[in-house]
Amino acid sequence: MIRLDHLSKLYSGRAVVEDVSLTVETGQIAALVGTSGSGKTTLLRMINRLVEPTKGRVWIGDTDAAKIEPHLLRRRIGYAIQGHGLFPHRTVGENIAIVPRLLGWREAEISARIDELMQLFDLDPAVYRDRLPHALSGGQQQRVGVARALAARPELLLMDEPFGALDPVIRAKAQDDLRAIQRQLGTTLVIVTHDMEEAIQLGDRIAVMDKGRLLQFAPPSEILTAPATPFVEALVGAAERPFRLLSLSTVDALREPGEAPGTPINPDTSLREALALCLWEGRAALPVSGGGIVTLAALQARAEGASR
Amino acid sequence: MRFALPPLSALSPTGLLFAATGAIGLWLPLVQFKPNRIVAGQGVDLIAALPGPAGWAVALGMAAILALGLAAGRGLGLRLGLAVLGLGLSLFALGLAARGLMPEGNRMARVSPAAGFWLQFLAFALMATDALARLRPGIRTRAAILAGAVAAGTGVLASGWLDRTSVMIEYAARAEMFSRSLWQHLLLAFGSLGLAFIVGLPLGIAIFMARPLRKPVLTLLNMLQTIPSLALFGIMIPIFGWVAAHVPGAADLGVAGIGPFPALMALFLYALLPVVSNTWVGLSSVSPAVRDAALGIGMTPAQVLRQVELPLALPVVLAAVRIVLVQNIGLAVIAGLIGGGGFGSFVFQGLNQTAMDLILLGALPTIFLALVAGIGLDLVIETLSRQKHRSTP
Repeated sequence: MIRLDHLSKLYSGRAVVEDVSLTVETGQIAALVGTSGSGKTTLLRMINRLVEPTKGRVWIGDTDAAKIEPHLLRRRIGYAIQGHGLFPHRTVGENIAIVPRLLGWREAEISARIDELMQLFDLDPAVYRDRLPHALSGGQQQRVGVARALAARPELLLMDEPFGALDPVIRAKAQDDLRAIQRQLGTTLVIVTHDMEEAIQLGDRIAVMDKGRLLQFAPPSEILTAPATPFVEALVGAAERPFRLLSLSTVDALREPGEAPGTPINPDTSLREALALCLWEGRAALPVSGGGIVTLAALQARAEGASR
Repeated sequence: MRFALPPLSALSPTGLLFAATGAIGLWLPLVQFKPNRIVAGQGVDLIAALPGPAGWAVALGMAAILALGLAAGRGLGLRLGLAVLGLGLSLFALGLAARGLMPEGNRMARVSPAAGFWLQFLAFALMATDALARLRPGIRTRAAILAGAVAAGTGVLASGWLDRTSVMIEYAARAEMFSRSLWQHLLLAFGSLGLAFIVGLPLGIAIFMARPLRKPVLTLLNMLQTIPSLALFGIMIPIFGWVAAHVPGAADLGVAGIGPFPALMALFLYALLPVVSNTWVGLSSVSPAVRDAALGIGMTPAQVLRQVELPLALPVVLAAVRIVLVQNIGLAVIAGLIGGGGFGSFVFQGLNQTAMDLILLGALPTIFLALVAGIGLDLVIETLSRQKHRSTP
């Protein structure tokens, strides 16, 4: 669990972050969303004290972050950023090994951990371990960056626009992988993004920030259906709202008994994709593999939730 | 024999340049014959300088090499071989001329290399360099070539073939002083480099970390750099003379107005700007994302500096080593003016006595040292940056 308690940051009297309090439960993902200059990155950097708070406290579990030496605190917290920040003069393996080495792990343990993480991130250690970062693709570099952040098994992982430099296709895959790995490891994750789509896809809760203030901190469905301020509503995007709402659930949630022609779709498909399929193929219902159907009418009803 | 002129496109442009240079060299006097070491001599051309038909043979041989170099399509290895042969021929001709022209028993007369020799030598040296550059040899090969060239140069001098040329006669009279000057010269160049690093590296790190320091420090060093070298060496004399006279113990440490100490200090001051500014530039060029990530995953600022920033700045810092070393090998000549020793002693003695050969005795090894240091350091820098990319597929 991580708790931000009335956190503020002032630069020469001007508040960049103003009185933000929020709690992220263990194993949950909190997405900090806002336009540039909203203070979301500053808020994130106050958690691992890359920025020292002017006021307020950060609690990580039962520990007051201000009571630990900054570099010792940071070794307990994973950190991954846009453009990955890999050390260009160190191999992939050496990059991943940095924090375990700082913590004084035994070499055999470090080596095993490197292989384990590389496999987890779908990078063959035999091929990539001894390569330098510049010999990797953007997507691979980004995965190594996250693997490095997770190397010492931190309970908390901070990410600042980690997918910002990736193209849309790789980006979607990276988001899915991150979500899966986060669920598997049970890591608490705070991620900064300017992309509401990404926040909705990844976040268990979304914190919307503007001008240093926290406007709303709520699950995605609530952000979509009950935006706290006009700014949040604008950020969600009225035109996108029904689709985003649909993207939160899978076909399984709307499955009803019945028969429909055509190839059955996977129950894990998002409602948004199901709607797209109905519209594209001009059908009123789609069969779901494992029995049952999902109907266009049901999809419509679910999407209308947002506009009411 | 009939010559058919090749079409213009078949001519190598660089070959044309080398041939023109070499041709002028063949036409100008090969050596100067002087009744003694300080009077102006009389030029003797290649044909006349060598005994009997040797002059013609050498001239034709050189002309043939230059002509072969004209054709664009020749193999680079062949070109290199021809150029080395040309270099050998010009040295052979110089030695033979000196042997033939020096009257027996006359210890006053001198035979000096003249414009003809220098231009021939230059033409073949350029030809060799050009062929080498196009061959793109690997680092090891280049290191071997450098070592080979140094060994060949030393071998030619040690063989005694050139012993009767004027510069070597000057050398024979001062062999002991020459080796002392060599060590002094190296000490001045490398010592000032070492000092510049001991002071400049921390200073570069300091202006990188403490922004407000940057401008004043770089401005001061820039100003130092603009002082003409003669003037800077001159300024050292009263300053350190005063220090030696008034600061107790300073004189015992070697501080003096003239001699190696002020020379070392002047060279050190010149070396400071490249070292400090390259350290700063190298450190500043480290990507902010890398620095941010390094701190963010829990490195202390000292660890970031040592393990990340300095290693990444290394190529730029090494570039400073190259600049400083080559610059200081040249500038160290001026140390001769204030009694600092080194090859400059010969140069300034030669200037005083209007003895060109003595000036050359100081200038030629200086050029040689600077060339070897420059090429050698290029190889080191390249090796290091290769290592950095060793795992590139």
